Amino acid sequence: MLRYILMRVVATVPVMAVVALFVFLLLRLSPGDPAAVIAGDYATAEDIVRIREQLGLNEPLPIQFVTWIGLLLQGDLGTSIFTNLPVTTLIGQRIEPTVMLTLTTILFSVAVAVPLGAIAAWKAGSLIDRFVMLFSVAGFSVPVFVLGYVLIYIVSMKLQLLPVQGYRSPWDGLGPFLAHIALPTLTLSVIFIALIARMTRASAIEVLQEDYVRTAHAKGQNELTILTRHVLANAAVPIVTVIGIGIALLIGGVVVTESVYNIPGLGRLVLDAVLARDYPIIQGLILFLSFSYIIINLLIDISYAFLDPRIRY
Amino acid sequence: MALAKSSGEDAVAPAPRQASVFGLAVANRGVLWGGALLAAMALIAAVGPFFTGDATALNPIQRLKPPSAELWFGSDFLGRDIFARVVAGARISLAVGVAVAVVSIAIGLLLGLVAGYIRALDAPVMRVMDGLMSIPGILLAIALVSLSGATLMTVIVAITVPEIPRVVRLVRAVVLTVREEPYVEAAIAAGTRTPLVMSRHILPNTIAPLIVQATYICGSAMLLEAILGFLGAGIPPEIPSWGNIMSEGRTYFQISPWIIFYPGIALAATVLAVNVMGDGLRDTLDPRIARKM
Repeated sequence: MLRYILMRVVATVPVMAVVALFVFLLLRLSPGDPAAVIAGDYATAEDIVRIREQLGLNEPLPIQFVTWIGLLLQGDLGTSIFTNLPVTTLIGQRIEPTVMLTLTTILFSVAVAVPLGAIAAWKAGSLIDRFVMLFSVAGFSVPVFVLGYVLIYIVSMKLQLLPVQGYRSPWDGLGPFLAHIALPTLTLSVIFIALIARMTRASAIEVLQEDYVRTAHAKGQNELTILTRHVLANAAVPIVTVIGIGIALLIGGVVVTESVYNIPGLGRLVLDAVLARDYPIIQGLILFLSFSYIIINLLIDISYAFLDPRIRY
Repeated sequence: MALAKSSGEDAVAPAPRQASVFGLAVANRGVLWGGALLAAMALIAAVGPFFTGDATALNPIQRLKPPSAELWFGSDFLGRDIFARVVAGARISLAVGVAVAVVSIAIGLLLGLVAGYIRALDAPVMRVMDGLMSIPGILLAIALVSLSGATLMTVIVAITVPEIPRVVRLVRAVVLTVREEPYVEAAIAAGTRTPLVMSRHILPNTIAPLIVQATYICGSAMLLEAILGFLGAGIPPEIPSWGNIMSEGRTYFQISPWIIFYPGIALAATVLAVNVMGDGLRDTLDPRIARKM
């Protein structure tokens, strides 16, 4: 077991290295002078020199890379050009809304999608099944931001049930937090529910054909126990895998959702940085979010060993 | 492609079912409905702009007008006709979707064949793809566009890059399975050269899953293009793409929600058509994967 975990951890190192190299080269190999691109159309020659100096673009590429990786390993993601604050500080200021939105979305999606998918598999071919499948195709087709505006229009503007935009921290009261996070969560969940429900249905259908399910039926066990104890427990690994892979989708969706609902999280930080051409922030955030994704999937990989005792390494 | 087709005459290659597959695919309801809706959208994109009038003409007197008999989809804050703009946007959206699908399939196919067939290159290529896959697509696209300047071309490239790894993985998986098939071993044993083995025996097996994959990529590329436009990191704002129309509608959403709703409906309907067609194609062309999903 320990050996398996160690091997998994070691296996993420080359992936992280490739991500780091890619993010590093993104700026350096882009067409034109990166310092001029960052400085923008109205920059003076001094601005460009200052930015080039600040980013260390005068050094040869390999030296730049070594310096950059060295700082990265110490947890230094660089310094914002415009605010002069370390990127890690900026991330610290903005991370709470993003983490909260991600957590509420995962909890809500799993709570809705797993039962939906299981019921669809159990009643395969029925009206419920077809509804779930239809929903899962539609969920992949509706753009996140359009859905967000439709929800704002109906729930906040017409029915006036929830606030239109903004974010409240849960530490300042659970009521306002839930009122503000409800619509963003619902918006972001749709595509995630579609993804998880589809996978749950598919893997549950496979398990339902196993002999031990027939045995459980034969000995007269009730349907709910069969579905939870036998079917879902055995279908867990692919479902958890797809949740992990879906995190990438979720991170992308967070950027859009935060923009629609005016939530001051990491997504907004990226967008503001793009508009201001604050490249160290963009670079730092891509690295931070990609590494988060890799680490979450590492944890999920390790969790297989606990979820499925048949897996031995 | 000529080489791939010639496999039909090859005694060992597993290709003769191709002729009947087209009929099967059209008989599938998803392919039929999705294809029909998509064809209608393509027709509107092709000839629509000749009938709707100028999508960029300003008319300050009719600013922010709700939908009516003259202005079917209403007008925006500069008095431009939203209907004309949505029709013009269909061109951009479909062009981006198709371009991204074609380019990412072409590059992914090449890399996947290399990774799957040449053992020494398998690990390096796949590690790079793993890394690329770990960067959330939207972020990667935003970064690529913001660095290389927003043009139609850079947006297409920026959306293509994150799509490539999935194609490479798919092609590699097919190659790894097919490579062990007896007819491939027979071809190699008979002294067939590697390029011929690849084009005649391995490539034809990738076509069906790639067609399915291409439709999904087309759908997600159209969504991503709209998202980039909406976030202000896409095609230059003067071009009426669906994402740009919606981006301009954000400020006026509380008083003129139609500016976002109509392009949004057009986008969702088109992507839905593509996805439904993709599911139908998957069911008919690739029953092995179909059973799993």
